[in-house]
Amino acid sequence: MAVDNETVKKIALLAKLRVDNEKLDDTKSEFNKILNWVEELGEVNTDNIEPLSSVNDEALTLRKDIVTAGHISLDILKNAPEQEFGYFVVPKVVE
Amino acid sequence: MTDLTELTVADALSKLKEKEISPVELTQAYIQKLDNNKKYNAFVTLVAEQALKNAYIAEQNYLNKVNRPLEGIPVGIKDLFCTKGIKTTACSHILDGFIPQYESTVTQNLLDDGALFLGKLNMDEFAMGGSNETSYYGPVVNPWSKDKPLVAGGSSGGSAAAVAAKMCAAATASDTGGSIREPAAFCGVTGIKPTYGRCSRYGIIAFASSLDQAGPICKDVTDCAILLNSMAGYDPKDSTSSKRDVPDFSSFIGQDIKGLKIGIPEEYRPEGLNPEVASCWDKAIQILKECGAEIVHINLPHTKYALPTYYVIAPAEASSNLARYDGIRYGLRVEGNNLDNLYINTRTAGFGAEVKRRILIGTYVLSAGYYDAYYLKAQKVRRLIKNDFDNAFQNCDVILTPTSPVEPFAIGDTKMLENPINMYLNDVFTVSVNLAGLPAMSLPIGLSQNGLPLGMQLIGRAFDEGTIFKTAYQLERGANFVRI
Repeated sequence: MAVDNETVKKIALLAKLRVDNEKLDDTKSEFNKILNWVEELGEVNTDNIEPLSSVNDEALTLRKDIVTAGHISLDILKNAPEQEFGYFVVPKVVE
Repeated sequence: MTDLTELTVADALSKLKEKEISPVELTQAYIQKLDNNKKYNAFVTLVAEQALKNAYIAEQNYLNKVNRPLEGIPVGIKDLFCTKGIKTTACSHILDGFIPQYESTVTQNLLDDGALFLGKLNMDEFAMGGSNETSYYGPVVNPWSKDKPLVAGGSSGGSAAAVAAKMCAAATASDTGGSIREPAAFCGVTGIKPTYGRCSRYGIIAFASSLDQAGPICKDVTDCAILLNSMAGYDPKDSTSSKRDVPDFSSFIGQDIKGLKIGIPEEYRPEGLNPEVASCWDKAIQILKECGAEIVHINLPHTKYALPTYYVIAPAEASSNLARYDGIRYGLRVEGNNLDNLYINTRTAGFGAEVKRRILIGTYVLSAGYYDAYYLKAQKVRRLIKNDFDNAFQNCDVILTPTSPVEPFAIGDTKMLENPINMYLNDVFTVSVNLAGLPAMSLPIGLSQNGLPLGMQLIGRAFDEGTIFKTAYQLERGANFVRI
């Protein structure tokens, strides 16, 4: 499955990245090299094989649904490039 | 006086306990070395003053006999670990100026045991790379470089180079596809990626969560055991961390390996394997035989599919993990005329080329219509790769392979840079271990004709780092590798 420039643009938009027009052909060709390579996986017979999403064989533990680290909003805001009145600042989203 | 930075952690600890040396002297010696070795670009942030302050506290603790297991040992921390109050960027432009307000569990464990931090170590951006050349702060130079600068390996290039050049007594590192083992091999030092779940991932900036695992890079096998003792353990803050007991890894050092079955996988000796790597492998096999171990030939039939599997799964997880860098909550922010453009401008300016490449591939393989063909398929092959190891370990106790098919190459090597896949192929011997979640160590065995270090890898059963430690220690003794 080879991708075209339109697909690269669409994927970039989904990933919130911009690929400049002059870099589009290079990006597409790199993309296709990698996709061709991973398509080797098609040779492997995986009928009746369960996908492996985690090697962890222990049941994940659920903690009690209680607040363990509250009242740290000021700490959280310390790294915000822009903040005001205890909130993160974003461009206007509602007209 | 002898150079204190020559001491291993084990030797330094015993001299500290005997009051032959003081933590302040030891720390000063490392700070001096840091200053002399800036050319290697191993550290990206230094906290020397803080280290010295903590060394004075360590000195008091020795005097008052309340010294902890790593009291006064100066270590370096890979820039992937969040360190409270110390800038942490994963060597990415997008995390400019990020100062964590909390400590990662692994580094907290080291602090609780009395280790002191010298600074943060250079790495490939977000741990994506095999040569440390994707770092926003420039490549690390391998201390073994001769006439031209060579790569230190990656992604933990700073950790490996700093330990090799004696700029810290030991270092933390992380390994998603070989990022501890490959740089350790390239720099002639020793590193272990423990079993997935041994070390908490809490506070380690995420790359591919089902593969990421922390571990130490040290001067030798014994030091790796000492460091891992401190770093490992169950953590309620990471639901994938294991509740299994952590044995005292040091207790395996010196145990004999008579009758131990060493598996040699046929698939790791493809036609055209670098003959120097092959002969170094043979040397390691010979050493283990002389220790009384039994050599067993095994098969890992899906080995050739490990890299393509990895390069679907790791980018998929990365594209999801790196969605958090939005220009709003931390790090770089590049304004835009609306929210979407702020995201796009920030991420386009903040991520480097390799990181963007992986985000794009990851987004593609997870996108509607392609998920089954790529991602689900890769997860199925991942199970087959894990099954290969399960079967192999029916017939052997530990597996011996080379760590890397190549010796350290030049910074800016055109062959590596012209096609990203050429760089990816360097991980051919290391990625399977991450896919299967197994522990594996790299240790230096010999030198190439160019006088550059070659490492061998020992792979163990899940949660059986102990067998790796006892085998590696015997191998280290037999190889008698001389560090720089």
